[in-house]
Amino acid sequence: MTRRGLGPGAVALLFGYLFLYLPIGLLVAWSFNQSRLVSVWGGFSTKWYGELAHDARFLDAAWLSLRVGVTSASGALVLGTLAAVALVRFGRFRGRGLFGVLVTAPLVMPEVIMGLALLLLFVALEQTVGWPDGRGFTTIVLAHVTFATSYVTVVVRARLAQVDRSLEEAALDLGARPVTVFFAVTLPLIAPALAAGWLLAFTLSLDDVVITQFVSGPGATTLPIEVFSSVRVGVSPEINALGTIIVAVVAVGIVSAGRLMRARR
Amino acid sequence: MRAPGDGSWGRRALVAVPFAWLGVFFLVPFLIVAAISFAQLRIGAPPYEPLLDWSTGGLPKFNGTFDNFAQLFQDDLYVGAYLQSLKIAGLSTLMCLLVGYPMALAIARARPERRGTMLMLVILPFWTSFLIRVYAWMGILADQGLLNSFLRWLGVIDHPLVILNTDIAVYIGIVYSYLPYMILPLYAVLERQDLSLLEAAADLGARPWRAFLSVTLPLSLPGVAAGSALVFIPAVGEYVIPDLLGGGDTNMLGKALWDVFATSRDWPTASALAIALLAALVLPLALIQKLQRRLEAAGEES
Repeated sequence: MTRRGLGPGAVALLFGYLFLYLPIGLLVAWSFNQSRLVSVWGGFSTKWYGELAHDARFLDAAWLSLRVGVTSASGALVLGTLAAVALVRFGRFRGRGLFGVLVTAPLVMPEVIMGLALLLLFVALEQTVGWPDGRGFTTIVLAHVTFATSYVTVVVRARLAQVDRSLEEAALDLGARPVTVFFAVTLPLIAPALAAGWLLAFTLSLDDVVITQFVSGPGATTLPIEVFSSVRVGVSPEINALGTIIVAVVAVGIVSAGRLMRARR
Repeated sequence: MRAPGDGSWGRRALVAVPFAWLGVFFLVPFLIVAAISFAQLRIGAPPYEPLLDWSTGGLPKFNGTFDNFAQLFQDDLYVGAYLQSLKIAGLSTLMCLLVGYPMALAIARARPERRGTMLMLVILPFWTSFLIRVYAWMGILADQGLLNSFLRWLGVIDHPLVILNTDIAVYIGIVYSYLPYMILPLYAVLERQDLSLLEAAADLGARPWRAFLSVTLPLSLPGVAAGSALVFIPAVGEYVIPDLLGGGDTNMLGKALWDVFATSRDWPTASALAIALLAALVLPLALIQKLQRRLEAAGEES
């Protein structure tokens, strides 16, 4: 196809990207606004970052979120990888239909339903077996592992389906045990997908408001919950600063991940 | 390939671990929701009566009620939330389609070496916090926000436009948040399209617009359906966006569920709402499943 000047497609794309990025750009710019008011540009300042750094509420919440994120992403990575291996490599097994539904359903289940369902489970468990004792770190991690597992499965499954099976078969023919083959041959081959899956699970955990709100208890406030409750009151420059930090971390992460992938190739 | 017996129990254990986890933390909780949606409300912890009454000895007595569901149909608040959720989600999906289709088409028809970057730019906002992205619109749309300041500076308006805390802001928020879900499946089908079909149409004298309507669009319908379902489903149950951007009269199912659960502590009604919300999604979900199966079948044929 020939291109001449800016076609309608290019214009649509330009406006689309503007729509996607302008709000983020404005948030970043306004995090350096000296004034508390959005409508007034009071000059360049980093004071909101300073205030953020001394705000114990946000620091505690961020620390909890990081712990929850690392724990639940690691749990989801293990479960999601096992599920992907079962779905890709085991052919038909008893209960595969139900298993497939259980793995995919959390992807499309509205968050309010999952949150409510998990909370009702935790309450029922506490009544009958006395565990989990109250709601907090443990219940949040269990909930996050549950929804993140499905995402990890999607990512790992796609990669696993592309892996050349003859490599594994060769190792098996040479007498390696299936477990050894998995760790020595399969795992290195799917390592990029494992990294991507873990990061996705970590990001989802770090970002979840709705499910966490159902299953967290007093004293266990994650960063998104803290942000959500302060944002409901209105716009705050501290949140602008926090948002900018998140955007910066993600941008650095994505760019370095891209570099890494290219270097591997 | 594998020696018989070797790894057979290992394989079973390997499936059993994620299977059991999802059974305990996804399937069972869902069954509990279904059960409690029939339970009676009581004051206390937990705020519902046991569904089965064993006190009479012998066979347990069913202690449930259908009142929670009856209430959903009788109370205007819930009927309104149901209808408004469907309307807001439906219209947002349509708007996503109108914004996303030209973008997906432009990316699919761009030079191959550029497509990766262009697609990356669509996915990138995905990785930044959803909450922060919705929040960013609060500063833009507020009465004293950036948009109003800008329009006033231009001299277009004298009085600020009231957008934040109305349904308009909710539409903007949903389209903004879920646009990538629409673009990705659209791109996937458009990119695979055989361009020689368009050339054939042009050779036969069809104008570009006409070729689009009779070739490109019909062939991309699976992508349209997949993208629409991916936007519609989370939008129906959306809670954060109506809460932050919507106003007092924005009444959506997800928000209603949270309010009933947290403010009124009426867990049985919240459970019944969850079941009703799921019922609203059965049709679009069945649609995706059917489409996926058809796509898989088409993929196997070719």
